[in-house]
Amino acid sequence: MFGLTALELARIQFGFTISFHIIFPAITIGLAAFLAVLEGMWLWKKDDAYLELYHFWSRIFAVNFAMGVVSGLVMAYQFGTNWSFYSQFAGSITGPLLAYEVLTAFFLEAGFLGVMLFGWNKVGRGLHFFATLMVALGTLISATWILASNSWMQTPQGHEVINNVVVPVDWIAVIFNPSFPYRLAHMVTAAMLATALFVGASGAWHLLRGSRHRAVKRMFSMALWMVLFTTPLQIFIGDLHGLNTLEHQPAKIAAVEGHWENIPGQGVPLILFGIPDMDAETTRYKVEIPNLGSLILTHSLDGHFPGLKEFAAEDRPNSLIVFWAFRIMVGLGMLMLLLGLYGAWARWRHRLYESPALARFALWMGPSGLIAILAGWYVTEIGRQPWVVYGLMRTEDAVSNHSALTLSVGLVVLVVMYLAIFGMGIAYVLKLVRQGPAALGGDIAAHGPSINQKPARPLSAADAVLPPTTDAQ
Amino acid sequence: MGIDLPLIWFLIIGFSVMMYVIMDGFDLGIGILFPFIPGREDRDTMVNTVAPVWDGNETWLVLGGAGLMAAFPLAYAVLLSALYIPALCFLAGLIWRGVSFEFRFKADEAHKPFWDKAFMAGSFVATFFQGVMLGAFLEGHQVVDGVAVGHVMSWLTPFSLFTGVGLVIAYALLGATWLILKTEGDLQHRVIRMTRPILLSTLAVIAAVSAWTPLAHPAIAARWFAVPDFLFFAPVPLLVLVAAWAMLRSLKGTPHAVPFVGALALMFLGYSGLVISIWPNILPPEISIRDAAAPPQTLGFALVGALLIIPVILAYTAWSYYVFRGKVKAGEGYH
Repeated sequence: MFGLTALELARIQFGFTISFHIIFPAITIGLAAFLAVLEGMWLWKKDDAYLELYHFWSRIFAVNFAMGVVSGLVMAYQFGTNWSFYSQFAGSITGPLLAYEVLTAFFLEAGFLGVMLFGWNKVGRGLHFFATLMVALGTLISATWILASNSWMQTPQGHEVINNVVVPVDWIAVIFNPSFPYRLAHMVTAAMLATALFVGASGAWHLLRGSRHRAVKRMFSMALWMVLFTTPLQIFIGDLHGLNTLEHQPAKIAAVEGHWENIPGQGVPLILFGIPDMDAETTRYKVEIPNLGSLILTHSLDGHFPGLKEFAAEDRPNSLIVFWAFRIMVGLGMLMLLLGLYGAWARWRHRLYESPALARFALWMGPSGLIAILAGWYVTEIGRQPWVVYGLMRTEDAVSNHSALTLSVGLVVLVVMYLAIFGMGIAYVLKLVRQGPAALGGDIAAHGPSINQKPARPLSAADAVLPPTTDAQ
Repeated sequence: MGIDLPLIWFLIIGFSVMMYVIMDGFDLGIGILFPFIPGREDRDTMVNTVAPVWDGNETWLVLGGAGLMAAFPLAYAVLLSALYIPALCFLAGLIWRGVSFEFRFKADEAHKPFWDKAFMAGSFVATFFQGVMLGAFLEGHQVVDGVAVGHVMSWLTPFSLFTGVGLVIAYALLGATWLILKTEGDLQHRVIRMTRPILLSTLAVIAAVSAWTPLAHPAIAARWFAVPDFLFFAPVPLLVLVAAWAMLRSLKGTPHAVPFVGALALMFLGYSGLVISIWPNILPPEISIRDAAAPPQTLGFALVGALLIIPVILAYTAWSYYVFRGKVKAGEGYH
């Protein structure tokens, strides 16, 4: 198909299916924790706004969770169907980590999800809260195992290769491999942040429509607190993660920075924008800040770190993609920081719910966390290339020996199906968001004029981000 | 080490797959029965009998897959690669079926009939291709250099198509008997009436597979009909007849649990028969569990978790079923 090789098609299929998949677990991790907080706050404070929010978000959680489960099922089998030589080579490490994920996380989530979603009138309040906590715990345990597995592929240790098969010799070393703690912290924080931005955008949409319902205000407020505190934390963790990558996967960092070679006696600049050119071995049209690259990565003004030319051409990741994916992630992170600060300022001025500019900003930032997560994963996964297990197995040696035709058929089927199913699923999620908490109906008129002053005016921004359900399908 | 790790893992994976077959079997069976029960409200009741538990049921499949990858990476890689097309169709079916659980309640009114059809078609496709994969697995794969000999459509044989249809019938039986257990009134009586022909068809499928496999594969015939093994295995077909008789008898009245328990027994016996047929291979006809086993460091590490955690999983799964015990009434249930 389009002259692509079987290897490229298999990679596109994996990239496509995992990109769709990761959106749902990210929101699942964040919403499960949010729901646990809401139910806990309701039991503690006896404030019904928390309960309304709990029921509202648990319906969205249910749809999102189902999409995560079915899209994840494909991932569990794709290792065998498309990457059979990887599975034969490293199944002895990836397999047990996935098995532990299923045993300790998937069953926990699935077992208590039924009670959480359907058991409100069947069990007592304490037991129901326990079920919610178990689901939230399950999502975190799940993230832990899958990120241990991925991180081992990035920074493998604790194994020997015997007869061309990986044999684990030290499981603690395998699991707690060098990049694991950073990747886990970065991803879980990203999931919480992405969910906070989504919740905040949902609140903002109802604020812009003129609602001042207590549940709307509460979720907007909670989300902006979360963005304010979590974004700086995430930037700090991201910096540590980058330094860790420099130590263990220097070629990835060189590609991220579009950095080809060091000039003796001179610090490395930070390239803000540019077009890395793999063939010409240079980064074109650079806009750079002198010495800042050295400062960020070596914490000194004239420190050096390896450039791409220090790696053989066949060992270099594609800098063009990695360079830009990284800048999208960081750029969005800066906007999140700005949103958090803007929210804090508006709160201090007692205008948190009365600032249309803030609400619009929060609305537009709704999908930013998910986009940043995808961009970040592109950095780390494409940055690992040409290796599937860094330094141990090349991606081209991992792929099953299917023909390009077979893989093209599979890819077309998956693309059509995913776009249809998850497209409609996302539309249903947005429809539920639009409906708002159950008590919201008819509430809008009772709470005074809209912050837009013209409640009847169509909200172009809102319409663009949250398409009306009737014509979105 | 004195423990036979590959054997224990064979049993754990076998147990997971059996749990999947039984538990997702009745979920899928409900979708397979959808065409025969057109009413919107009845269909809602049918789906509500499994809505709180289907996700957990399906998780056993993921455990089977992850367990196979961990314990027998060669079998996992060769099998799934050789069954690329049916595996893809199977997963596609599960995706449509899985999202329909939520979407058929959350969609706009105009979309709901579409998600009913998706639920139905997804259940059919997932079950049929699961049966096809089972048939192709039993027929065996010759492995050279870590790859199954053959081409991308080698799985397509009369036997695999037959096991595909056979599994649709078997899951319909599980679904119907589950509904007898979980529903009441008019819906229950309609299901009772359709259970008898489904049961008789299931017995025919079991008989056909029991005749076909030993005839086509001398190794399987040798396994079953050698003396004295034959005497140990003889109870399997006898118990099938006992279970079928008890079910048929109960279907004359208004039964409750007997048909479902009988269907579980049939599935368990049929499944045991297949395990007896392939043992000790994980990849028939010649790759044994020892040939395909992962290093002992892998098997041992994963075993600790499996033995400690599976009992806990069974406990809270049982609790969840207990919370949602009893008949599901029309209009009851969705959060």
